[in-house]
Amino acid sequence: MTVRIFVPKDAAALALGAERVAKALSSEVEARGIDATIVRNGSRGLHWLEPMIEVETAQGRIAYGPVKASDVASLLDAGLATGRDHALCLGKTEELPFLKSQTRLTFARCGIVDPLSLADYRAHEGLKGLERAVTLAPADIVAHVTESGLRGRGGAGFPTGIKWKTVLDTPGARKYIVCNADEGDSGTFADRMIMEGDPFVLIEGMAIAGIATGATKGFVYIRSEYPHAIATMTQAVEIAHKAGVVGTSVLGSAHAFDIEIRTGAGAYVCGEETALLNSLEGKRGIVRAKPPLPAHKGLFDCPTVINNVISLASVPIIMDKGPVYYKDFGMGRSRGTIPIQIAGNARHRGLYEAAFGLTLGQIVDDIGGGTASGRPVKAVQVGGPLGAYFPRALFDTAFDYEAFAAKDGLIGHAGIVVFDDTADMLKQARFAMEFCAIESCGKCTPCRIGSTRGVEVADKIAQGIEPEKNRELLADLCNTMKFGSLCALGGFTPYPVTSAMNHFPDDFRPVPLVEAAE
Amino acid sequence: MVTLTIDGNEITVPEGTSIMRASMEAGIEVPKLCATDMMDSFGSCRLCLVEIQGRAGMPASCTTPVAPGMNVSTQTQRLKDVRRGVMELYISDHPLDCLTCAANGDCELQDMAGAVGLRDVRYGYDGSNHVKARDNGGINLNWAPKDESNPYFTFDPAKMHRLFAVCAGL
Ligand SMILES: Cc1cc2nc3c(=O)[nH]c(=O)nc-3n(C[C@H](O)[C@H](O)[C@H](O)COP(=O)(O)O)c2cc1C
Ligand code: SF4
Ligand code: SF4
Ligand code: FES
Repeated sequence: MTVRIFVPKDAAALALGAERVAKALSSEVEARGIDATIVRNGSRGLHWLEPMIEVETAQGRIAYGPVKASDVASLLDAGLATGRDHALCLGKTEELPFLKSQTRLTFARCGIVDPLSLADYRAHEGLKGLERAVTLAPADIVAHVTESGLRGRGGAGFPTGIKWKTVLDTPGARKYIVCNADEGDSGTFADRMIMEGDPFVLIEGMAIAGIATGATKGFVYIRSEYPHAIATMTQAVEIAHKAGVVGTSVLGSAHAFDIEIRTGAGAYVCGEETALLNSLEGKRGIVRAKPPLPAHKGLFDCPTVINNVISLASVPIIMDKGPVYYKDFGMGRSRGTIPIQIAGNARHRGLYEAAFGLTLGQIVDDIGGGTASGRPVKAVQVGGPLGAYFPRALFDTAFDYEAFAAKDGLIGHAGIVVFDDTADMLKQARFAMEFCAIESCGKCTPCRIGSTRGVEVADKIAQGIEPEKNRELLADLCNTMKFGSLCALGGFTPYPVTSAMNHFPDDFRPVPLVEAAE
Repeated sequence: MVTLTIDGNEITVPEGTSIMRASMEAGIEVPKLCATDMMDSFGSCRLCLVEIQGRAGMPASCTTPVAPGMNVSTQTQRLKDVRRGVMELYISDHPLDCLTCAANGDCELQDMAGAVGLRDVRYGYDGSNHVKARDNGGINLNWAPKDESNPYFTFDPAKMHRLFAVCAGL
């Protein structure tokens, strides 16, 4: 029987040499006359073990990693094709503690299937949600999504069902589904992993959204830094189209839905929904004032659902297994699961999907395994470049939208970046302001001028120039930006700055170099 | 028609009216720089912020339409602080030329600085700016010279305090 060997084609695995491993494996297998096919799967999300290759055996899949091209010969010598032991052998993939303790709903297939095989997708419960949706009235689909408690995974946590209902209830000759795949947050890669590892689930989710709201056209706006995701999504849409999953008759129903892939041009702010819409329309990516809401007047002034990749990719399982199944996971008003992305100076970097409710400490210490450097954890930034820094004292905070808000933080897109005790939090605060200055769309004063002044004030503090006065000025500036800015780029930049100042005051008191210089 | 309360005054205006316009009808002046009757509101200067009971944050009154029963405050201490903070940022990137400026005495920026009570620019004037041709001993790439090619008005980019500013008169 032909043995299947899996070598990820995920960008993170490729960056770590997966392509060389695949080449070496394919020529060695041929040279040795082994009857094997090499499947290029997505990543399982254990990034510190990438490239992690797997072989299918009668006992299940056996994993090896991290594998270099030069390891291939010795792996085959040891009996890789039959799942034999080797120094790099990790045992059964499903038994790896990092994977076993997860609740994989949205990422159920990621890393398991051949991303571009619709047959594989179907064999792993794919398309069941859409098959169900085409038999339901739009309002019933919306009711399902509302009941599931699903909230937007792009950052704001807005209830997805309510957004869909608004679009359903807004009359319009044309309506659109826009998938936000700009994924600009530092330390995040969930959108990319699903697009590269299980693209059909996103296509399925978008088609369901289309049927639920009356939209017949969808766009996926993918950041240009994701060439592999763009390629995989483009091919997957073609395959889905040919198979009648999308097109003039979705799964043979009376519903039409088409998807087009679009590429961004590198601006962080184009992840903000209204700037994204402007960019999609071919205009400069500048933030629009709300109202009008995109749900009323969005893309080309038509009613538009704009959702994050993970929000849309979570819909198929909700439609398949029912809203109650999904809602049963989680805590408080945060229902279902969330793909937590552990990055930075962490020992176990990768994607960990779990129900809401783990504490930050569990995530950082137990799952993430502490720092990669082995030094003590000083801070973690949760929620991307606009998220707050959490000190160890707040590690009992539960991963839940409201619990984080209560501690002046945010979950955002669920990226966690770990810092050890060598991090200088004043530098991190300065970086937040610098990032805002570079990425600002330039529309409004607090963000446009404030971020540049923020960098200058942080520099003065670092140089010991009137530190007390400048600390107060920085706090005042944060207040102006927080309440005065039009969108969350300027409005949330104070989160990392203020949290750094409040939790790590010592870093803001460097040895004075200059006496009062006025 | 929509009835709402602004600073304790009840007022009725047509649906779709902005809070800023409704305030004016009620005789309440909300500070502003970027809104004019000649253009659609844009919402960039952030001086016209207001607070609405039951809503988080500070929406711009020029881009926010009225709603029935809304209770709007235009003059809270929190608003005053933010407006002064915004004005301080504007002036930190503006030439201190009032005495010799053609717009002196008929200048919205000057008026607003006064209206929000700006006295001190704590950032100083040594930072990044569009005002000085040379900066810290080098050429300031943010600076552009005055355009005096038009006989009727002069365009001085350093004094351009808002996107899409109407430049005649500056
Ligand atoms: C500066 C900025 C950047 C953003 N970047 C992203 C992004 O990269 N991806 C994303 O899904 N949402 C991003 N958002 C959030 C979107 O504006 C919007 O809330 C989201 O796409 C809505 O989808 P959801 O309800 O499914 O989360 C960003 C917001 C801001 C203010
Ligand atoms: S806060 Fe910044 S990014 Fe957002 S609208 Fe204002 S200038 Fe643009
Ligand atoms: S444009 Fe500037 S310099 Fe001229 S009067 Fe107004 S505030 Fe003063
Ligand atoms: S007048 Fe409303 S933002 Fe400028």
